[in-house]
Amino acid sequence: MEDALLLALQLLGATIRVATPLVLAAFAGMYCERAGVVDIGLEGKMLAGAFFSAAVASTTLNPWLGLLAGIAAGVTLAMVHGFACITHNGNQVVSGMAINILVAGLAPTLAYAWFHQGGQTPLLPNQARIPAVELPGADALAGVPVLGPVYRELFNGNNILIWVTLVLVIATHWVLYRSRFGLRLRAVGENPAAVDTAGLSVATLRYQALIVTGVLTGMAGAYLSTGHGAGFVRDMTAGKGYLALAALIFGKWRPGPTLFACLLFAFTDAVQVRLQGVELPVIGVIPVQFIQMLPYVLTVLLLAGFVGKAIAPKASGIPYVKER
Amino acid sequence: MLLSGSGKGQPGAVPGWVGYALLPVLNLVAAFVLSGLVILVIGENPVDVLSLLVTEALGYPEAIGYTLYYTTSYIFTGLAVAIAFHCGLFNIGGEGQAYLGGLGAGLVALALTGWPWPVVAVLAILASALFGAAWAFIPAWLQAKRGSHIVITTIMFNFIAASIMTWLLVDVLIRPGSQSPETREFDPGVWLPSMDRALGWLGITIPASPLNLSFLWALACCVLFHLFLRRTRWGYELRTVGRNERAAVYAGISPARNIVIAMLISGALAGFVGVNEILGVQHRVILNFTGGVGFVGIAVALMGRNHPVGIILAALLFGVLAQGGGQLSFEYPAINRELVMVIQGLVILFAGAMENLFKPQVEALFRRRSAAITDTGRG
Repeated sequence: MEDALLLALQLLGATIRVATPLVLAAFAGMYCERAGVVDIGLEGKMLAGAFFSAAVASTTLNPWLGLLAGIAAGVTLAMVHGFACITHNGNQVVSGMAINILVAGLAPTLAYAWFHQGGQTPLLPNQARIPAVELPGADALAGVPVLGPVYRELFNGNNILIWVTLVLVIATHWVLYRSRFGLRLRAVGENPAAVDTAGLSVATLRYQALIVTGVLTGMAGAYLSTGHGAGFVRDMTAGKGYLALAALIFGKWRPGPTLFACLLFAFTDAVQVRLQGVELPVIGVIPVQFIQMLPYVLTVLLLAGFVGKAIAPKASGIPYVKER
Repeated sequence: MLLSGSGKGQPGAVPGWVGYALLPVLNLVAAFVLSGLVILVIGENPVDVLSLLVTEALGYPEAIGYTLYYTTSYIFTGLAVAIAFHCGLFNIGGEGQAYLGGLGAGLVALALTGWPWPVVAVLAILASALFGAAWAFIPAWLQAKRGSHIVITTIMFNFIAASIMTWLLVDVLIRPGSQSPETREFDPGVWLPSMDRALGWLGITIPASPLNLSFLWALACCVLFHLFLRRTRWGYELRTVGRNERAAVYAGISPARNIVIAMLISGALAGFVGVNEILGVQHRVILNFTGGVGFVGIAVALMGRNHPVGIILAALLFGVLAQGGGQLSFEYPAINRELVMVIQGLVILFAGAMENLFKPQVEALFRRRSAAITDTGRG
């Protein structure tokens, strides 16, 4: 009984840690896609965030400067994306793809030139990492049966960015559905012409959304390299940007369901680590690869309308050209 | 197409070559200038680096062989993206389709030990086309019948393909007793002959390189691509759907049918990468042999303006980058293979996503000039 509880709590704890960068990236995508800009460059922005935050944290030994650098990198790339597809009406998919390829090359190239360690940054010492939050009373509660383990495994010792992410999730819900900015954001993603007629600048609103996207992807990257991890390694996002995109679609571009999708995908990952090589009754050993591809298969099934219907913001992916 | 010197003083009268040649070249120059800045940042001289890159890609016969070997794969994926574009579809799944195509070619080569290579080559080409097309069929069908967005489904299918291939190579097809996830080597008799061997039969000697006979197949595919699109009814229907789906419906053309046809051809073309890589060079199925060719194909198709001649030129450009860039690290210890991806990314960004960057200025320039000519004509 105690063991089962501990196992479940450890799984949930792992789920939260794996889900955090996914949530940040998926919510980043939510802002720009709700504003009508498709961003498949989440992966690249995250990777850039991861590299620059680790690089700066490693040189200055200050994790907060690292976090800022990661955010700056994310925002810069988001502005490049905006320049290409808002200002110049370029193809949003091509722009996102280009950013992904560019960063996949740029991060190791710069890492190699600056740190001479085969495309990665040096291992960050503890003081250069974004700290975890130690809550009071973990020791005092240790003896209490259920509460003790729950407090220890789920609440205590989480990285500060995990708490920030939690706040951001709630804030996003409020911003999107309760604030004037959110109303305009949703409007510009559904019917930019109407927003234009109302005298608001479509381009400005979309740039604002992309700034938020840049900030959140930069944080996601910083979490990977300076919070959860201890340094940048080549290709460290490993498709998480695309997985976030899948979660966003699976969550139908809405905060609650998207959060749930991220947690679900992270949970399958946490379970997969535990299940490796374990013989299950009836089915036997499930190859890891099949669990890993589950989120992508689910997204395809959802898009096919077999598990509900995912309807993207109407103007998403279409450059807005003012009629003259 | 707008023609220059129409004499009517039309605004925006810009010669055709501006769109086909001048703007892409300007975008390329911008991409290379930025790449030069990156090279400066990592502490090397951009002019030296870029000239060495070109020398290492085109400077001597062996290098040219390597460059054309990369070009071969890029032609296949470029054509694959282009045919989908002609039907108004964005196939990002070239990577997965090429991966599966390699599996098809590999299974044929593994099964037909002892057969003569020409037979195996034909069957492997068929198998890679079949596997690539099958992998493209599902997203195509979902787009045509269920309205799922093809960009998203093909991205997801790249990941699913990667997982399936890893599973196959780790658990199923792995060479017995081997640690690395790859199949056993094919029997040398079924390898697709390299170009130096093939030309050797004709008495022509060229240095050895991975360039193989699939290069000729790539060129043949360019011709077939052109004939199909411009000379057959199917190609006409396909382009009609791409240009204006509603008009196509009124003309009695089924968009759904053409979406599936375009994607099947697209997947088959991407699958041919497997013939070049697996049958021609690796001689076994290995992990991640595609290494981004599907994505480079997007850039190749965009730069080549979806025309076979343009695609050959653009594929050559990316071939030069791949080969020359790979060699740089020998001369410059501070530079590694990833620099090529930086240049590739910038080329895709400028030539693909920002293709309109210089358009207003250039058009304004031509408009002023043609206005000046008209004025003098009047005067």
